Amino acid sequence: MIQYNNVTKVYGDDITAVDQVSLNVNEGEIVVLLGPSGCGKTTLLRMVNGLETITDGDILFNGESIQSLNEIELRRKIGYVIQSNGLFPNMTIEQNVTIVPHLLKWDQNKKNERYEELMSLVGLDAEDYRKRYPHELSGGQQQRIGVIRALAADPPAMLMDEPFGALDPIIRERIQDEFLSIQRELNKTILFVSHDINEAIKMGDKIALMKNGQLMQFDTPSNILQNPANDFVSQFVGQDRTIKSLTIHFVYDLVKTIELKDSLSSSATVKKASLDTSLRDILGFVLESEEQAVAIVNEEQEIIGYLDFELINRYMVSLSSEDDPVRVP
Amino acid sequence: MGQTIITWSVRIVVYVALVWFFIWTITNGYFDYLVNNFEEFSVLLRQHFQLVLISAGLAILTAIPLAILVTRPMFKRFEGIVSTIVNFGYTIPNMAILALMMGVMGIGFKTAVFALFLYSILPIFRNTLAGIQSVNSSLIDAAQGMGFKPYQILFRIELPNAAYSIIAGVRTAVVINIGAAALASLIGGGGLGNWIFTGIRVFDNGILLSGAVPLTILAVITDLILRLIERKIVPRGTRPESS
Repeated sequence: MIQYNNVTKVYGDDITAVDQVSLNVNEGEIVVLLGPSGCGKTTLLRMVNGLETITDGDILFNGESIQSLNEIELRRKIGYVIQSNGLFPNMTIEQNVTIVPHLLKWDQNKKNERYEELMSLVGLDAEDYRKRYPHELSGGQQQRIGVIRALAADPPAMLMDEPFGALDPIIRERIQDEFLSIQRELNKTILFVSHDINEAIKMGDKIALMKNGQLMQFDTPSNILQNPANDFVSQFVGQDRTIKSLTIHFVYDLVKTIELKDSLSSSATVKKASLDTSLRDILGFVLESEEQAVAIVNEEQEIIGYLDFELINRYMVSLSSEDDPVRVP
Repeated sequence: MGQTIITWSVRIVVYVALVWFFIWTITNGYFDYLVNNFEEFSVLLRQHFQLVLISAGLAILTAIPLAILVTRPMFKRFEGIVSTIVNFGYTIPNMAILALMMGVMGIGFKTAVFALFLYSILPIFRNTLAGIQSVNSSLIDAAQGMGFKPYQILFRIELPNAAYSIIAGVRTAVVINIGAAALASLIGGGGLGNWIFTGIRVFDNGILLSGAVPLTILAVITDLILRLIERKIVPRGTRPESS
């Protein structure tokens, strides 16, 4: 849906911010542009809605070159969320949320309905906040409003520039989860800028790792973690990449290929965990418990088997042997 | 808590001084002149109003668009030059501006209005400029990214968020203007200055205060009215006490 073709951005005469980047964001996918600051990821994002010009190459939106489209109309079709939420302090929460529908001249009833719908999406009381101003809200609430404001006119695509970067870790986790569950329903095509590998692994269907304006690797989080394409990638994902990759694998993935243990040697009680627990959390439980194992329960809370370190290890080994590193010459 | 005690004690001192002042003036019969020459007073008051309204009105209509213009990307490079000229204009004492204008335009009402107009431009221009420039750039970025047209960014984002600063500039300009308009009488521009300067020349407290006290009251009331307008116009979310 968003397609970069050899996109290059040069500032002035010789500062190359983006160098020959080609990548494809499919419909309904979250692609995270990841990299250290100054790597060109934000520039890459801002070129999609024309906030930055393209020096060379082209970006296609729905198959059409963005340079041939009307800039204003294009921007109204793409939701835009920035780190400092960008809520307008002179407008009430309702006015902020419905600003794009307002620019698109929706009628009052439709705007009102949409406002209430969006507020319930993020679990905020529509009436409570209607006449309040952004400064009266907490950082987390402001960022939620920033997100639903971008969703207001139901754009097919969203650009998100470190949307949760300014939030404290606990609130950030919660909003990320919230956003992912919203995304599962809405299936937007999303470009998401982040400098945090953990956020990228969690949010991205694919990760585009950048360095000095060049695309280092464009792949799924699990492939980036298992098979880093070069030294920079493996350095960026860190020594603990195996542990990181545990966060994107869940018990329900594991049980597809590996049989759980029926019983434990001793009869001591162990911690219970559900099928949608990440293997990273499971590993934590395993290390904590005396028995070095966790009981896995189904939705009816019945124990369907036991998981221990050996099984997790066997699963992770099976993953890395499954897909060998694909290196582009 | 300590803050309110100080505020209140200052207020009480000011009120006591005011009451004492009016008792002193009335027992000395200083306002008899005003009462006996009420018709002349109303003429002078009207002249004073005209001086202020026309000059301040023109200044608002000039300074705000000028400040908006030099903050547009297209004219940004003129900002330095325009600011320097306006600032330089303000360093000339208002008495000197009157004298200069008299040299060029002769005496009379028009000259006075023009001098006052020049003098009111700076506070409005400077505050409008500062107000627009202090609008957080992430707001502009968000607005652009969401598909605002340039004029929508100006009217929906920049001006509303700069409103507090702009109106503060207008208030300063108008209140200074009311005082400065008294000088108009020196070049035959009329206004309450006529009685003030006559009172000074003939050592008559009655004539002097009949001009000066209404002038002061006029300034205070105008300031109050502009503060009310400010409360009406400035969006609640952008007032300084709100952050």
